[in-house]
Amino acid sequence: MDFVRLVPGFPLLGVVLVALTGRFLGRRGTALVACGAVGLAFAVALGVTGALLQTPPESREVEVSLFTWAAVSDFQVDVSLLLDPLSAVMILVVSGVGFLIHVYSVGYMAQDPGFRRYFAYLNLFVFSMVILVLAGNFLLLYVGWELVGLCSYLLISFWYERKEAAKAGMKAFVTTRIGDFGFALGIFLIFATFHTLDYAEVFGSASQVLTTGLATAITLLLFLGAVGKSAQIPLYVWLPDAMEGPTPVSALIHAATMVTAGVYMVTRTHVLFELAPISMLVVAVIGAATAFYAATIATAQDDIKRVLAYSTISQLGYMFLAVGVGAYAAGIFHLTTHAFFKALMFLGAGSVMHALAGEQDIQKMGGLRWTMPLTSITFLAGWLAISGIPPFSGFFSKDEILASAFASGQILLWLVGVITAGITAFYMSRQVFLVFFGEPRYSQHTAIHAEHRSVPHESPWIMTIPLAILAVLAALGGFLGPVLEDFLGPVFAASEARQSLPPLNEAALIILSVAAAGLGIFIAWLGYIRRGVDPKLVAARLGLVYRLVRNKYYVDEVYHALLIRPVWQAASVLATAVDQAGIDGVVNALGSIMQSAGRGLRRVQTGFVRSYALIFLVGVLLVLAISTLR
Amino acid sequence: MVPVANYLILSAVLFTIGVLGVLIRRNAIVIFMSIEIMLNAANLAFIALADAKGSLAGQVFVFFVLAVAAAEVAVGLAIIVAISRQQGTIDVDEINLLKW
Amino acid sequence: MPTTQELIAISPEIILALWALSVMFLDLLIAQSRKSILAYWSLLGLLLAGGAEFSLWGREEILFQGAFVQDNLSLFLDLVLLLATGLSLLMAKGYIKDLEMEHGEYYTLTLFATLGGMLMAGAGDLLIVFLGLEVLSLSLYVLSGFRRTEPMAQEASLKYFLLGAFASGFLLYGIALVFGSTGTTLLGGIAVAITEGGLLGDPLLLLGLGLLGVGLSFKVALVPFHMWTPDVYEGAPTPVAGYMSVVAKAAGFAAALRIFLSAFLQLAGDWTLLLSLLALLTMSGGNIIALAQSNMKRLLAYSSIAHAGYILLGVIALNSWGLSSVLFYLAAYGFMNLGAFAVIVALRDGEREYLALNDYAGLGSRHPLLALSMAIFMLSLAGVPPTAGFLAKFYIFGAAVQAGYGWLAILAVLNSVLAAFYYLRVIVIMYMREPAGQVAKMTHSPALALAIFLAVIGTVQLGLFPAAVVELAQASLFPFLGS
Repeated sequence: MDFVRLVPGFPLLGVVLVALTGRFLGRRGTALVACGAVGLAFAVALGVTGALLQTPPESREVEVSLFTWAAVSDFQVDVSLLLDPLSAVMILVVSGVGFLIHVYSVGYMAQDPGFRRYFAYLNLFVFSMVILVLAGNFLLLYVGWELVGLCSYLLISFWYERKEAAKAGMKAFVTTRIGDFGFALGIFLIFATFHTLDYAEVFGSASQVLTTGLATAITLLLFLGAVGKSAQIPLYVWLPDAMEGPTPVSALIHAATMVTAGVYMVTRTHVLFELAPISMLVVAVIGAATAFYAATIATAQDDIKRVLAYSTISQLGYMFLAVGVGAYAAGIFHLTTHAFFKALMFLGAGSVMHALAGEQDIQKMGGLRWTMPLTSITFLAGWLAISGIPPFSGFFSKDEILASAFASGQILLWLVGVITAGITAFYMSRQVFLVFFGEPRYSQHTAIHAEHRSVPHESPWIMTIPLAILAVLAALGGFLGPVLEDFLGPVFAASEARQSLPPLNEAALIILSVAAAGLGIFIAWLGYIRRGVDPKLVAARLGLVYRLVRNKYYVDEVYHALLIRPVWQAASVLATAVDQAGIDGVVNALGSIMQSAGRGLRRVQTGFVRSYALIFLVGVLLVLAISTLR
Repeated sequence: MVPVANYLILSAVLFTIGVLGVLIRRNAIVIFMSIEIMLNAANLAFIALADAKGSLAGQVFVFFVLAVAAAEVAVGLAIIVAISRQQGTIDVDEINLLKW
Repeated sequence: MPTTQELIAISPEIILALWALSVMFLDLLIAQSRKSILAYWSLLGLLLAGGAEFSLWGREEILFQGAFVQDNLSLFLDLVLLLATGLSLLMAKGYIKDLEMEHGEYYTLTLFATLGGMLMAGAGDLLIVFLGLEVLSLSLYVLSGFRRTEPMAQEASLKYFLLGAFASGFLLYGIALVFGSTGTTLLGGIAVAITEGGLLGDPLLLLGLGLLGVGLSFKVALVPFHMWTPDVYEGAPTPVAGYMSVVAKAAGFAAALRIFLSAFLQLAGDWTLLLSLLALLTMSGGNIIALAQSNMKRLLAYSSIAHAGYILLGVIALNSWGLSSVLFYLAAYGFMNLGAFAVIVALRDGEREYLALNDYAGLGSRHPLLALSMAIFMLSLAGVPPTAGFLAKFYIFGAAVQAGYGWLAILAVLNSVLAAFYYLRVIVIMYMREPAGQVAKMTHSPALALAIFLAVIGTVQLGLFPAAVVELAQASLFPFLGS
């Protein structure tokens, strides 16, 4: 099982090769190297998982230490990879879905001048994410965490010529930085308490060392990191903007893998979370709230990718709800199925945009099921999966989460989950109906397109094959559930198993959630296919509520008005009044508070040597005062 | 026999005069002279304290300080002369290109 | 008379002194067109001195009745100084030629300055601290004004000189007071006198130590003794600015470590409040003002101030972990900061230097390797894993947590979050901004390329495989603190 080191090894090799020799490889070679690296990583991941399955369930934990990284006095951190069922599932998802997206990108990015750069970043991303999930201690976890953030920043602003893209990258960077700050502090606190950063040692002694208060502090700080990275309330604002990146990137990073890092981290540290009931509750509540909140926003968006973005936020909320009520395996299960169907739908959306010359407004689409049969069919699989229609994958995983929430006694959270399931079914159906059904509306809108071809076309095979594979996974992935839970079982053995519900209740719950989904789809059908109800009329009737949802509860505006604008104004007043040399495109809330502070403080540097001497003297007096008058 | 405290007070006064000179005067040469006063105030303290402590180390130190001060004069005057030739002034308030 | 053993033990310093003199003589013999021979000659001297250091490793020599100490601590610091000097000479070779100031004195003065730093690192007597500091400073005054017809360089030189001499006055007065209290200037003697004479609360001693600290704070540029830094860095020739950002700082911290460890360890507890305050002011002041800079050299000047603040955390922690992380930080900082300056030196078209941040626009596509190197240095300075800067920060902050200064570590982490903005801004500008006019030109030179290459290697190496250097650093502190 030492081969596990090859899982990050291959993508790293890919980065190096593409970056250094890409010039000579050409497009074809670059694509081959990049896809091959991730493909091989996936193959190795399969191999080591197989090997893991050969060993008895209790001993399925292998730590491979590559080298001693940092050591001072009695403290030592190794670069070590931890392979256990949890990380095995994660590397399979990351490298597997990653591989498909790599392949898809070859077609999607075929015309892009930044082809080589793109694949170098993408490989680097897979490498970082694998490091994150395989890390055997908190320090390496942090390294992966930071690298993943860096890659996402690079990829969001990949088309940096577009101002929005550069801005979105910056926004993602700033928002997640707030989370990362909490994360770093949490790790420091762990270090200060345990004097080690090794998972095994920390988790092993956690129950003796930690008081509830300390455990709460640590876990809440860690969770702040997860909130930033996994786009939960209140730090979710970056994710919808992150859709400025190329669509496969949205699929890989902002849907299938990176955003799940938070869920993974909470699951990984569940030993600590369980010592802090308050933190668990916070996780569950934030999860449920985000799930509901983001779902409502998604009902009124017209941008094909934004709907998916808010749906990602909402689905991540489900995962946090799961881990918050202690159903870790269910959380990871949903993470896996979500990776399948969300990657599928993003790639499908990319395929649609590809066909419509980059059009993203779903009001200007329609009727595509005739012109793009493969894309439509696969997308439909994703739609049924996310809506929770049996026997598609999303049904199983979502049902598992809701049942766990119910069983743990969080009836209110369960109810929110069920309602959200209905809303989810509604907005996804709305999207599907508007894009693939009804009359084509693109011809009159998409002027650019009319010049090229009269009919939208199906995407090339290199894009549709990954779609097909993902569609199969999205459709059938639900049957992996029992296997997965069995496999993950030993990792969470210490935690209490979910009290199983009486079969009758279980069945009732299932019927309820399916009914909610059915209702959502039905309403959407009424509104968008049969046109029995005019959505515009409903929107008008709902008035304020609709406007609120449509405008994403004005949160961006509120953030803007409360934080960004005053700061920006202060900064620009200062800037125009005193100094023209300054404000850059990268100005942002925190940055500009400090920038204006910096602007003010640099005035102290008058250039007069005597005033320097005066400040020096003030310092001397300060030093003398403190050192003698104690 | 003058008590050592008197020497120390004199040295402190000299040092303060030097510091104030640096802060108040604008002519680079005068500022430099003020700094020399500070160094010599330290020298005075050294000698007085060496005498009080009965240790030669302090007096030896003074010789080194004198040598260093001489080197400082050589470097400092060279810099000031270069500036005076080029810019025609040695008023430190007019030498103010670098700031912020 | 010095014994042979003493002469062998101090051979690195002797080699360097002789070498500096030999450069002066050779300078007379070599034609102006072939002055660059002197650069190689000086590098040879550095190598020899470095070799001598290596051969002395593990020996514990107290020389000249305790005035000088050649132990692992001084050897480690000397190696950092020599390495930084070597890198800066590689940077300087082409630069001083293009800017028409290729005089042999440049090399002589650089070597002398390094010698001064080495004296500070091995000082066993306050007299040696003072002499080392003056040798270092006097050389730097001249070097910063080396382009002597350039008004900015003159100004830098004058400001540095006046403020430096001013600070020396305080330092000297501090030494006098410490001498007055303890009756000796030997570091070991001071420690003995404090214990035996019961001088722990002696106002004369406290006052003296305070002034001594002020003098060293000036050298390492702690806020509020930092005012000279940005002006001098901006006005001085770029390789000199890079050189002093590392060497002066390392030497200052070296002397501070020596003085605190050998003489004032018993008073250390009383200083934490003051030092914490200074560290906080220094980190925050440096980082906040750096946010508003638009000139690369000034940006790096403020950044170097902030880094001094981080390093101070390790001194405050004052345990074996903290102090070895100070040493590690200095080594890492040497590579990444000199690397960044080397990139500035490379970005030059003959005499014209590109110093504005906006000149870096479009660098990513025009000079990909240079931009990549700069990106690595910036990430490392910002403390992004897996670079040297990240581990160095991790060590230092970890040591602060370990020693019970968690709140200081939190503020430091907050500061490094803040600092990420201006470092990453450089990267954003390089890769994501179209140049307004022409892309900045780059000067190709093998020596410079070697300097950048070595700095990149060092930055990455210390980030990925720091174990060897950390072990050396810990071995250096063994005699003072135990393991």
